[in-house]
Amino acid sequence: MSSTTEYRPKTSTGKIANFVDTRVGGSAMVKEFGRKIFPDHWSFMFGEVALYTFVILLISGTFLTFFFDPSMAHTVYEGSYNPLKGVHMSVAMASTMDISFDVRGGLFMRQVHHWSALLFVAAVSVHMLRVFFTGAFRKPRELNWVVGGTLLILAMAAGFTGYSLPDDLLSGNGLRIIDGVIKALPVVGTFISAFLFGGEFPGTAIIGRLYMMHIMLVPALILLMIGIHLFMVVVHKHTQYRGPGRTNDNVVGFPVGPVYAAKAGGFFFIVFGIVALISGFFQINPIWNYGPYDPSPVSAGTQPDWYIGWVDGALRLMPGYLGNFSLEWIIPFPWGGNNLILNVLIPMIPAAILIGAMFAWPWIERWVTKDDREHHLLDRPRNAPFRTGVGVAGVIWYCVMWCAASSDLIATHFHVSLNDVTYWLRVLFFLGPILGFIVARRIALALQRKDREIVLHGREAGVIQMSPEGGFSEQHAELDVYKRYKLVAFESHEVMPAEADSTGHVSRGEKARGAVSKFFFEDRVAPVTPSELEAAHGHHAPAIEESSEDASIDR
Amino acid sequence: MGDHSHGSPNDPGTVAKAGQGSVESFQDPGLPPHRPRLADVDPRAAKRAERQVTLLFVVSILGTALFFVAYFVVGRTSTFSGIRLQNTLLGLGTAFAMMGIGVGIVHWAKTLMPDHEITEMRHEIRPEAERQEAEAMIGDILDETGIKRRPLIRNSLIAAVALAPIPAIFMFRDLDRTGATANEIVDRLRYTMWDKDTKLVRDPSGTPIKASDVQIGSAFHVIPEGLDDTEDPLNEKAKAVVLLMRLDPREMEISPERETWHHDGIVAYSKICTHVGCPVALYEQQTHHLLCPCHQSTFDLTQECKVIFGPAGHALPQLPITVDSEGYLVAQSDFHEPVGPSYWERG
Repeated sequence: MSSTTEYRPKTSTGKIANFVDTRVGGSAMVKEFGRKIFPDHWSFMFGEVALYTFVILLISGTFLTFFFDPSMAHTVYEGSYNPLKGVHMSVAMASTMDISFDVRGGLFMRQVHHWSALLFVAAVSVHMLRVFFTGAFRKPRELNWVVGGTLLILAMAAGFTGYSLPDDLLSGNGLRIIDGVIKALPVVGTFISAFLFGGEFPGTAIIGRLYMMHIMLVPALILLMIGIHLFMVVVHKHTQYRGPGRTNDNVVGFPVGPVYAAKAGGFFFIVFGIVALISGFFQINPIWNYGPYDPSPVSAGTQPDWYIGWVDGALRLMPGYLGNFSLEWIIPFPWGGNNLILNVLIPMIPAAILIGAMFAWPWIERWVTKDDREHHLLDRPRNAPFRTGVGVAGVIWYCVMWCAASSDLIATHFHVSLNDVTYWLRVLFFLGPILGFIVARRIALALQRKDREIVLHGREAGVIQMSPEGGFSEQHAELDVYKRYKLVAFESHEVMPAEADSTGHVSRGEKARGAVSKFFFEDRVAPVTPSELEAAHGHHAPAIEESSEDASIDR
Repeated sequence: MGDHSHGSPNDPGTVAKAGQGSVESFQDPGLPPHRPRLADVDPRAAKRAERQVTLLFVVSILGTALFFVAYFVVGRTSTFSGIRLQNTLLGLGTAFAMMGIGVGIVHWAKTLMPDHEITEMRHEIRPEAERQEAEAMIGDILDETGIKRRPLIRNSLIAAVALAPIPAIFMFRDLDRTGATANEIVDRLRYTMWDKDTKLVRDPSGTPIKASDVQIGSAFHVIPEGLDDTEDPLNEKAKAVVLLMRLDPREMEISPERETWHHDGIVAYSKICTHVGCPVALYEQQTHHLLCPCHQSTFDLTQECKVIFGPAGHALPQLPITVDSEGYLVAQSDFHEPVGPSYWERG
């Protein structure tokens, strides 16, 4: 391996760099990543926010572990906060009180930790929405989408396990709800509850167990998933929006060194700064107002952290009785009755559907479109009306359940009947997604038509012209080639009717696929073609003409 | 799209279909021309940007200083307003310290670092040649193990590997630290510490309640006497808490077997919601409704706490009560059914 002219570094930095380089092969890494190209777009930053809030969580969480004691042993609070002096509580609660009132900056760190946790789940969610609505999950990135979905679930798990640690009244009632839901599971529920709580609820084991999950198991899994996630980003290279100069075979953007690294690195500090600002000014989880956990009291208007809201809301929406029939159905087995607690189990179904559909969507879309090509170019959401419609339907479904978790607060704030709020949300639970799909798809199609019009007739120039007859009209200016390319360069899926296989047989699955394809792509707007543009220029058509037979433009 | 290179057996990709010719889509005009920024062409603008970036870094240094002011000058404080002031100043200090660096670096990148977009080609994720090599390699590896030729080894290994993790599952049996058998785990959900002649006492003071103290329209949060002397008071409390209310007996519909469960209109019901176990803490005096603040299950006191709204699936269990010789309220027995959320074995 030795060469005749061995490199001899001159500066001391050079010597250190050379020492490392000759042992780990740093030059190759610099060559690989130093000038790697990353496309730039504001919507790509949500994933960064997620990553950075996770780093902030690790930093602030590590600090908190030095002071927190996850013991459910009984103690009497003797700290600085007078109103709770002499109150009986668990050591976990007392040590959280000490962090808040007797460790300088401890309250600030708790606030930073809680706020960045809320932001972390939010950033992961918004990042996933970005990926969904732009079609970034398509081949070859389906597996990374699954990793991302796993990260979303892990983020919620991390949040919930941490939320319960202070052993305060609010989080204790949250645990009690979890216990109730677990007990509703058929056959195994009673035992899972007993195993989780180390006996009966609340027991003295749960906080220590959640603590282990919160500071070790879940973060380790999250780190592992983030590692896989970023590794796949490097393998795939980042997607980019369609535009002049951007093709499916290239990446256009800024090199890591220096621009991208500077922007992304600087952005970490900005995110940290924003979290610090929020934590300095806005109180979160004031456990001293709630007091220690006690199975008897509960505060009115209890709310879970936002990311658990949709599941809690589903629990609230479900009626316990249909007429006089209790949904807590006792199955008449020969050895006696067993309870099938449908009023708790059914609300878990929407969550399962939503998460299942989320994971499966890349394959569903591939099945409907039979599109097995690699996609590195992103769709504008309007250019995939079917997908946008489905996504909006999902978001609305989620939001209805999420709103339901605040049904009591909606009722008290707007002075309406709590029962009516629930009834309306029950209606919206079914109608909301359907209306959302229709409206979102129509809006997307309308925006596509608007794009066509702009391409064919130019943008409004802002120049009002008066004709010799006295009529006013606005001049339209032709788009430059770059702007025009942005509006015309997209793919518009067409209906693919069911096809026969090699034996001439049309399978039932294929028929279903054809029907779904028809439902999704029947209404479509095709991109403007050069000949259409020429025709539009030729005889100044009054409106958009139907020049392509499958461009469904109904005016 | 004049690109026909991705042919397949069904679609050789050599026939240009109508609507797919290159005239039917616009040519990519390529990257738009680069526009120089002010700092690229005007050295004064560049100098100005440099000063702005430096200023932002100085803001960060001041922010760090503010943090120390909050930490040491506000110092150890035990008043609530002191804590609040310290928290706000620590937040402001950290925010300036971080934002100064962050905004400074981003501003530096956007004004002074080159903003030419660069094009890089993507590589095929899995070139066919590599697949063939890898396939051959795996084939060789499998051959060398001989696993295909020796099914006995393969099958016994599968059996061993399938069985080996099962002990790990059984290891978790003692997660329930009480050592209870399966039947005991189920049974303990059925019973609370209420028993014949257990006094009803106030939560949390523990003072007993005289029937004459309970006025019509009043409500008491009640625990069994001796709760704090039990081994796990919270566990017992989580099952035993009771709401005590009094209403005019004529307003109540009482089923025949429960005629003797109340004392002169004083009734006791489990406070644990039958939905998922929150305390049913809200009593509406006028309507005689009990409302669970967690999921809004509503129980009608006049109809033996039957569910009239919300997700709960059965009525709140009633605790039969009476008075002892001194006039204190006591239980007649335990609840006649399990309290709290339902479960598979509840029956």
